[in-house]
Order: sequence, then C-alpha cells, then structure tokens
Amino acid sequence: MVGIVAYGAYVPRLRLNRQAVYDANKWFAAGLRGLAKGERSMSNWDEDSITMAVEASRDCLTSHKAEDVRNIYFASTTHPFKDRQNAGVIGTALNIEQNLLASDVAGSLKAGTSALIAGLNASKSGDATLVAAADKRMGRVASANELNYGDGAAALLCGTENVIAKLVGHHSVSMDFVDHFRGEDAEFDYGWEERWIRDEGYSKIVPPAIKAALAACKLKGSDVTHFIMPSPMPAVPKQMAKICGVGEGAVRDLLGANLGDTGSAHALVMLVDALETAKEGDKIMVVAFGQGVDVLVFEVTAENAKLPKRKGLSGWLARRKEEKNYMKFLAFNEMLPIDKGMRAEFDKKTALSVLWRKRDMIYGLVGGKCKVCGTVQFPRSQVCVNPNCHAIDSQDPYAMAGLEANVMSFTADSLTYSPDPPAYYGMITFPEGGRFMADFTDSDKEQVKVGAKMRMTFRIRDNDTMRGGFKRYFWKAAPV
Amino acid sequence: MARGIKDKVAILGMGCSKFGERWDSGAEELMLEAYKEAIADAGIDAKQLNAAWFSTAIDEVHVGKSGIPLSTTLRLPNIPVTHVENMCASGTEAFRGACYAVASGAADFALALGVEKLKDTGYGGLPGGRGGPLQALWSANGTAPGNFAQLATAYMTAHGVSGEDLKKAIGHVSWKSHQNGAKNPKAHLQKAVEMDTILNAPMIASPLGLFDCCGVSDGAAAAIVTTPEIAKALGKANIVSVKALQLSVSNGSESGHNSWDGSYFHTTRIASKKAYEEAGIKNPRNEVSMFEVHDCFSVTELVTMEDLHISETGKGWKDVLDGFYDADGKIPCQIDGGLKCFGHPIGASGLRMLYEMYLQLQGRAGARQLKDPKIGMTHNLGGAPRENVSSVAIVGRYE
Repeated sequence: MVGIVAYGAYVPRLRLNRQAVYDANKWFAAGLRGLAKGERSMSNWDEDSITMAVEASRDCLTSHKAEDVRNIYFASTTHPFKDRQNAGVIGTALNIEQNLLASDVAGSLKAGTSALIAGLNASKSGDATLVAAADKRMGRVASANELNYGDGAAALLCGTENVIAKLVGHHSVSMDFVDHFRGEDAEFDYGWEERWIRDEGYSKIVPPAIKAALAACKLKGSDVTHFIMPSPMPAVPKQMAKICGVGEGAVRDLLGANLGDTGSAHALVMLVDALETAKEGDKIMVVAFGQGVDVLVFEVTAENAKLPKRKGLSGWLARRKEEKNYMKFLAFNEMLPIDKGMRAEFDKKTALSVLWRKRDMIYGLVGGKCKVCGTVQFPRSQVCVNPNCHAIDSQDPYAMAGLEANVMSFTADSLTYSPDPPAYYGMITFPEGGRFMADFTDSDKEQVKVGAKMRMTFRIRDNDTMRGGFKRYFWKAAPV
Repeated sequence: MARGIKDKVAILGMGCSKFGERWDSGAEELMLEAYKEAIADAGIDAKQLNAAWFSTAIDEVHVGKSGIPLSTTLRLPNIPVTHVENMCASGTEAFRGACYAVASGAADFALALGVEKLKDTGYGGLPGGRGGPLQALWSANGTAPGNFAQLATAYMTAHGVSGEDLKKAIGHVSWKSHQNGAKNPKAHLQKAVEMDTILNAPMIASPLGLFDCCGVSDGAAAAIVTTPEIAKALGKANIVSVKALQLSVSNGSESGHNSWDGSYFHTTRIASKKAYEEAGIKNPRNEVSMFEVHDCFSVTELVTMEDLHISETGKGWKDVLDGFYDADGKIPCQIDGGLKCFGHPIGASGLRMLYEMYLQLQGRAGARQLKDPKIGMTHNLGGAPRENVSSVAIVGRYE
C-alpha cells in the first residue's frame, strides 16, 4: 500500500488585514471593496518559499526520521533560485544529503499535486519521499491578487509503512490553457478574463478529468468525503463538485478568510487541513487546476488517528499576529523604495567555498559534542570550549535545530539595519549545552524576556542584491 | 607570575590631539597634532627614536595597513614601525609594544601613537561589518550598543537590580562624565547635561539610550617612553613610570560555554588581578587614586568598576549612585570626560587615557586637576562582553 504517512504545514505568523490594504488603495481601486474582508498570511521579511518549505517539512517529520528520506520534491512557482537546487537546500537544512534525490517541481499552480504524484510513485519501492510545496507570490499594488494570495507551505511524507491516507488512484490531463502566466522577467501574474477561464477552462477541462479519476478508482462522486480544489473563484469548486455528483457538503473551505491562496502549495495545504480531522474510511479527492488538471484520490486509514501530534495547519494558523500596516507589507516585499540608510549598503557577498565547508553548521545548525567531557557547543570547533577540558579533535557532530533554547540576554537594536526595526537579538543558551548570539525573528517586545523559551527557525539572514539575490539562510530564534 | 616591568619604563612625553568631529583633518593631520606635542614634551629629537608602535583599528576607513602610514606621516628615520590592532584596546597595545621595547633594552626611546579617523564614513556610529566570511554567515546582525546593552540585561538578571535603578545608575555614569568633560578643552563633548535629558533620550539599543553611548570621534594620542634612568639623566622631574601592563583575551568560553552569565567581563577580572600583582597593589580601593576606564557605554563602566575589584560584585551601581566615582568622590573616574565625552577614536583611546593619568600625576591637568594623585589606572577594552580584549595599565609617580 502506498500513500501519505505524515503531514505538516507552515503559515507565517503575520496576517495582513485586508481592510487595511483596501483602505490604502480604495482611492484607486474602489472595486476591491468586496475583497476587503478577513486576513491573508504575510511572510516576515526573512521568509521565502524555501524557509516555509523547511518549516513545513520539519513539522511533517515530527514523527519520522529525516535521515530515512530518500527523495525530496519541492514544488513552487516562487523558488528563490532559478539555477541552484531549491529542494537541495531543504535537504541540507534537514541534514540529509547522502542517498537523496532532490528535485524541484515548478511552472504551474498544479506543481504541488504533480510533485505529490511523483512522490507517491517514487515511494512505491518503499523509499520514504518528502513532498514539500510552498509559494510566496506577489500581486501588483491594488490588485485582487494582492488581497487573495497568501503565503504558506505544506509537506507530505509518502511511503508504504503506516500509511494514513492510501492512494486510491490519480489521473492527470495536461493542456496549455493559459488562464494566467508569469514570464521569466515578470514579478507579477498576468491573467485573462475570469468568465472565460470559468466557462472555457474549468467547466470544460475539470469535470472530465474528475470523472475519469472516479472511474479509474471505481468510485462515484457521492463517495467523496472531502473535495479539495483551490480556485481564485470560490464558486467554481462547488460547481465542479456538483457536475461530478460530489456532495456540496464535501467541498472543503478554500481557507480564504484567514490564510489566502498559497498558490502551488494550496492543494496540499488544503489536504493537510482535511487530514487533520479526517476519519478512517474518508475518501479525499484533491483537484488542482493549472494548464491541465491533476486529480488524486485517497482513502484515510486507521493510522491517521495514531499519527503523533504536530502543529499542522491549525497549529500554525493559531500562531497569529495581525498586521494592519500595509506599508510594512510593501516594504518587506521590496515594493516600496524605502530609505534604508547607509548601514543597509554593506556588501553581503557570500564566500561560497566557506558556505560549502560549513554547510552543516550554517544550514543544519549542527554543533559539536565533546567525547571527552560531554560539552555541547556551537559552533563545533577543533578545541573543546569547556575551560576545564580543551580537548583537541574531540567533537562529534550534534544537531541543534530541534532543541529549545532560552534567552540569556537580549536587546532591541535601533542602530543596526533591519528591514523590521528594532532588530532583536541576544545570547541564547541550550539546556544541553551550547550557546550563541542569535538573531531573533517573529518577536515582539512583550515576548522577548530573559529566560524566554525560543524555537530555532530557518530564515533568510541576508539578501545579496548586488549579485542577483543570493539569499543567505541561517537559523534564528523565535519565541515559542 | 613573571617579574613584570614595574618601574622599568618611564613616560618621557605625551601628546593628544583635540578629539571630535574633525572635518578639518585626516588621520595624518591628527597624528602630527599628537606627535608634535609628545616630542616637544619629551624634549628629544625624532632621530633619537629607536622604534615605534602604531595603533589603528578600522583600517578600511582611513590609513590602511602596516607601519608605513605612521613612518611616512612623521618622516621617521627608517626605524621599525609596527602596526598593531586589538580592536578598541589597540591604543594600549601600541603602548605595551613601546614599553616592552624599552624594558627589554632593545630601545632607549620608543614611540606609541594611536589614531582613528572615523568621521569619513558618511553616517553616525562605528562602521559596521567585521569578522570575515564565516562570521558573516551566522553571527547576529548586531552593533556595539546592542552587544553592550545585553550586559545591562544580564547584570540586572544576575543581581536582581530593577530596570529603574540600573537606568538611574548608568545615567549617573554619563552625567558625571559630562560634568568632567565640560572642563576639558580637548574633549569632543564639552557640555554638562541634565539627568532628565539623559534618562529621556531616544533608545539606541534597549536599555541603552543615546547618552549611554560614547561619542564617535576623530583623534590621535601619543606617548614617548624611555627608562627612568634616561629620563632622570635628561633632567626630568616628576617622573611618571609604568607600574603594570596586563592584557587578557577571551578564548571563547564566554561566548560558547554556559558557565558565563553575561553580567561581567571575565577578562577584566583576570587582567586587573595580574596588574595589581605586577604593581604590588594589595588593596586597590584604597591605593588607586583615579581611573580612566573604557566607558564605551555607561553600563560598561559600571560593571568594569566591579571587575577591577573596586566595587563589590553586584553593588557597583550603588557606589555609582553614591558619587564614589565622581570628580569629588573617593576615586574619580573619567576625570577627563572619558570615552563618553572626550571621545573614542578607537586606535587612540588607550593612549588618551594614559595621557590624562600622566597629566594628573604631573599636576598639569588644569581645571580638572585632582589633589595629589599617586596611582592612576587605565582600562581599555576591545570587542564585546562575550568576546573581548581587556587591557589595563597602572602608572604612578616614580619614587
């Protein structure tokens, strides 16, 4: 039996209030009033699709060992790198390199489901396969996309042991129906008229694909318990379900009210949402539209109830901070030529040779543990840091990303350049041993205190805009 | 412990430029300003110098590397010139080199000169960025005020001091230095400031406000050293000799091992203890007449007075509030205004501190002259609380 064995999700902490966006833009685009409801997720300035995918993957692997993963598929339409394996960065952050096939899947809003199909097929041999999907799409100022899009990620572990959702079948069609596109040089999508997309696209392409999938699975539409189909037009999934005989009650909420459309990740995000509460025997149909359509059908097993607790989509959604400052959203996303000051001009060139030598330290947050005295330390060094030891070449690698840390001292610095001043940073200590001066993220004045518990999170440290945007990733501490 | 250099080296002459935003001067002009005063004070000719030590910390923004900039600027007679850099403790490092040359007999006359030209960067504060390509990948995006602010948070935690009490105490540290700086014509900031202004200043890195941070200044200072015997032979009276010179450098335990709580300077405790031993000082609280310490931030001074074993650990803030370190207190500290008001041109600061001790011991400190000081101690710190170079020097009357 092949299927999903674990799930995880990630949603950035900030939720942009749509009314605030509308209030700023209504002088220009009064027609957006109908969308000025609820909130959408908004990445912090140090988040992108890689960092979100890493977090979702960590969430997914709460119950499984990262080193058992043999394949990673990473779907996105906003991979931070065009040439540099984005999935490989996730692998390094999870401390897996050997015996790993890493692959990026891109180019369509159905990239997430296509990656999942590939992942399920790859895991038939028994190789654990991690499928991560994340998107951080930008809409033009005062556009509907700006209000509708959300940032987020999902991760699914595929395998053959302890399957929580068995793959019943899948069916795909691929046709170059261009409802929207984003060219190589474009920052934003360009889309055609919605009515045409609905009538000539969805209505003519999706129902036959669903019917073919149902036939292949020997199921009727009414057998589907959870019908998952992202769409920028909320009425469309209901119409498609109806045409195919799927009950209206099975159509899953699009999560638009408090998350937004997470692009190529959204079908998987909605799937995680469904799996969190799905019961044994439930049939889940996942439909993703984008120059064709992917349809997957799963049957939930008894294992789902036994899956160890994780944050999941509901957990990350519950960690929330409202953001009413639309200017901040624009500034975080380089949509506003804000005066950053001279301290923002320092060269961020990365010595790639250093990064390679130290990749376990930088991307994996791997420190050292002294074989002689047992002291855990970061970074790992040749001479033990314990003043009563100082043994040489005595340390084994010691992974620290999953450990909780405490704040020993901290400050809120208004002098250093930060896209979100003041910059919080401080000395964090790990109870097992080890400490370092870490940047904090997702932090508020009320949360950062001496003794506060912190969780390590994989983030963008710097963006080298002088060289086309090489992002430096490292681990930061965020309040638990 | 090694024998040390107590009374083996005498200060023959010193000089110090006006500190401040010296838009009129480059590093070269500043060097010459300090040097001219020092060589005139020493009463020797440049051709008699046998060796020189030259300190700057942030080469990238002014003269560049090596000893050549000093040799070229002063047209030194092709003697050895060593460029030293030990962050903000560089000035004392230059002095140490010169003193050791004289103490060893390798030189009869040695020059130590430190300079920093910071006000050509286009922005306030110290230039950012250091540490090389690996540091750039992981070290927190911090600044000096942010690093030292954490000394304040850790100190409050370790000793149960309230935010309000600490803010008052560190406010008093700065208030006192402004009072002193107002009497110093060479100081960058020569204005006394009200306590309210200090306490209500904008936050730079919490809990440190604007007045908790020292000035970023241009300046240079120089010392010419010889042996006490040569100084006497040259007819010098009121000879000031070096009693101790000690340096302690972090080895990573504070930043990497959980035994340090962030509330003190591990290195300063070590360096000062060794210095007292070298100088033969048994009870520093009674024997030291005055201090110039590294008050890069107000809280640094407060904590340093504990680590120099003058105030009891955790009680320094009370001594400060009692006026113990004020100009009219038991042991005046920063009588020249300190880094806070005299200013902090990195490579010059250690020598600037010694300049004030030297003037005071010779009775030449003008409006701020203390009554009959015998022993002066400087403390010059480079780096951050978690990783630093701590240097102390003790000078006094040569009996």
